[in-house]
Amino acid sequence: MENILSDPSPSLSLPLPAPQGSLRWRRLAPLGRRLLSVLLTLLGLLLLTFVIGRVMPLDPVLAIVGPDADKSTYEQVFRQLGLDRPLPVQFGYYLRDLLHGDLGHALLTGNKVTEDIARVFPATMEIATLAILFGACVGIPLGVYAATRRGTLADHLVRVVSLFGYSTPVFWFGMMGLLVFYAWLGWAGGAGRVDLAFDGLVPPASGLLLLDSAMAGEWEVFRSALKHVTLPACILGLHSMAYISRMTRSFMLAQLSQEYILTARVKGLSERGVVWHHAFRNILVQLLTIVALAYGSLLEGAVLIETVFAWPGFGQYLTSSLLLGDMNAVMGCVLVVGVIFITLNLLSDALYQVFDPRTRR
Amino acid sequence: MTSSTLPLASLDTTPQSAAQAWRQSLQRGLRRLLHNPMTVAGLLVVLALMGVALFAPWIATHDPLAQDLGQALKAPSASHWFGTDEYGRDVFSRLVHGSRISLYIIALVTVIVGPVGLAVGTVSGYFGGWVDDVFMRITDIFISFPSLVLALAFIAALGPGLDHAVIAIALTAWPPIARLARAETLTLRHADFVVAAQLQGATPGRILLRYIAPMCLSSVVVRLTMNMASVILTAAGLGFLGLGAQPPLPEWGAMISTGRRYMMECWWLVAMPGAAIMLVSLAFNLLGDGLRDVLDPRTE
Repeated sequence: MENILSDPSPSLSLPLPAPQGSLRWRRLAPLGRRLLSVLLTLLGLLLLTFVIGRVMPLDPVLAIVGPDADKSTYEQVFRQLGLDRPLPVQFGYYLRDLLHGDLGHALLTGNKVTEDIARVFPATMEIATLAILFGACVGIPLGVYAATRRGTLADHLVRVVSLFGYSTPVFWFGMMGLLVFYAWLGWAGGAGRVDLAFDGLVPPASGLLLLDSAMAGEWEVFRSALKHVTLPACILGLHSMAYISRMTRSFMLAQLSQEYILTARVKGLSERGVVWHHAFRNILVQLLTIVALAYGSLLEGAVLIETVFAWPGFGQYLTSSLLLGDMNAVMGCVLVVGVIFITLNLLSDALYQVFDPRTRR
Repeated sequence: MTSSTLPLASLDTTPQSAAQAWRQSLQRGLRRLLHNPMTVAGLLVVLALMGVALFAPWIATHDPLAQDLGQALKAPSASHWFGTDEYGRDVFSRLVHGSRISLYIIALVTVIVGPVGLAVGTVSGYFGGWVDDVFMRITDIFISFPSLVLALAFIAALGPGLDHAVIAIALTAWPPIARLARAETLTLRHADFVVAAQLQGATPGRILLRYIAPMCLSSVVVRLTMNMASVILTAAGLGFLGLGAQPPLPEWGAMISTGRRYMMECWWLVAMPGAAIMLVSLAFNLLGDGLRDVLDPRTE
């Protein structure tokens, strides 16, 4: 009994044919180990935010009691915050609060940091989702096109476009976009999520303004919101577009050089059939994982783009808290980003394990 | 007898010594590198950047910090090629001097990140076991953030400033290098030449330094070059958020940040520094691409 329990992967060593239903689950066995390592990473993440929070030169007590407080009040708060305890104990408190969903209060708003983040996050999700849609819808066809015309002018052109996407400072591109499409051409809405006249007209249900206004039947608001979100979303998605098109190209090239493609061509299949039904189908799983990763890295661009477009989302909350020296809010945000990143990584791994037949044993 | 071997010897390209072999492989690599026009373009821009930084005081037409309120917010003209900013400072001269700050950041980050990443990666890959576990766990933690967000967190702790930005960027940039070096080391550590060195009684330190690290160097250099592009972008982003170099320093990102207020009327305040950032970042990407094709035979 003991022996079986200590075997880390009993299901993998059993030669007996298992029923079909459990096959899918068995493929998840390595994922269990991965999950454990992810938990360890998560703990490390918490330790990191905790340590960064501690080396902060600002005095957290002073932020609460103010500069005029007398010594006894100061010491009382000092003890209340648990700052007189040894650091490992403090870390324990930090973890305990976190498990209760408590990240402390934000100085800027006076609300709980968790509530603040929950409030601003939908705005970022809206823009990031549209951005990744843009990135995938443009990037994937570009990559496929470049791969099928390898070495031609079109291929080089796609490469240059994606390199530009990599190299452009996203905040600068955002400002140039505002200048051209808002100030000069008047095509795009300006800063903010919606025209001022419509602000607060739709009661926030999901926090996603496009969805909320459509559900409330406020099409004027919807149109204004769409006008406002398109430009920043496209600019934010530029980097993902570059990344996705590059990856798609190299995945496709790897497939197109395989012998089964030659077979398909010899059979007389149309080029379109070969590319889309044979080669492209086989890179779908890889693409899914790539898109998941790109989605996570959009958070980085969002910090900058939201500052440019006065977008009341997560990135703006993070930077404005940072400039105020509001450590609770900053560390809360950093933690959330880390958790999202880890989750997306895990998700893309899981996609691979479940859908890619080559990872089956 | 000598007369019959001479013409043969001149055709024979077999290297006669280690130094000659090295020289030949360098020449071959350089020829392949310069074969690609895009790489050459990248190299030229990088060299131009270095030249501009080196000779900044001679290239700049004005003092980058001298204010002249009478000349404030002037559009580009013959006397001010890229216009002037809100204090009447010459934007072109500020860009030229800003190249020094960009190079300073790139050089410092690379000098910190390269050796640290190489050391962590090779040690982790060579020794394996718990050393590997611990190092890779730490790397995982750092990798699980977008680099700008982690840099923001460090700056929140350290306070804004150019040197703090460098530290923050370096702290976020080493993990990919370490992973790369580890992956390379894993393929090398049971190679015959390493085993031979072990049998001769070489210490682990000697093996790492003399046998493994040099083999990892080429891919690390490629990665570092491509990294420089993202270092520039992160530094500019920090400058733009007001957390990197502080005014009046002519850092490109900070210039965009201050120019933003006048953007709608004075496009040159934002367009010029941004174009400079893009050009340099593009150049490092192109150069890194070309270097990878030459140094890393596995691609394509």
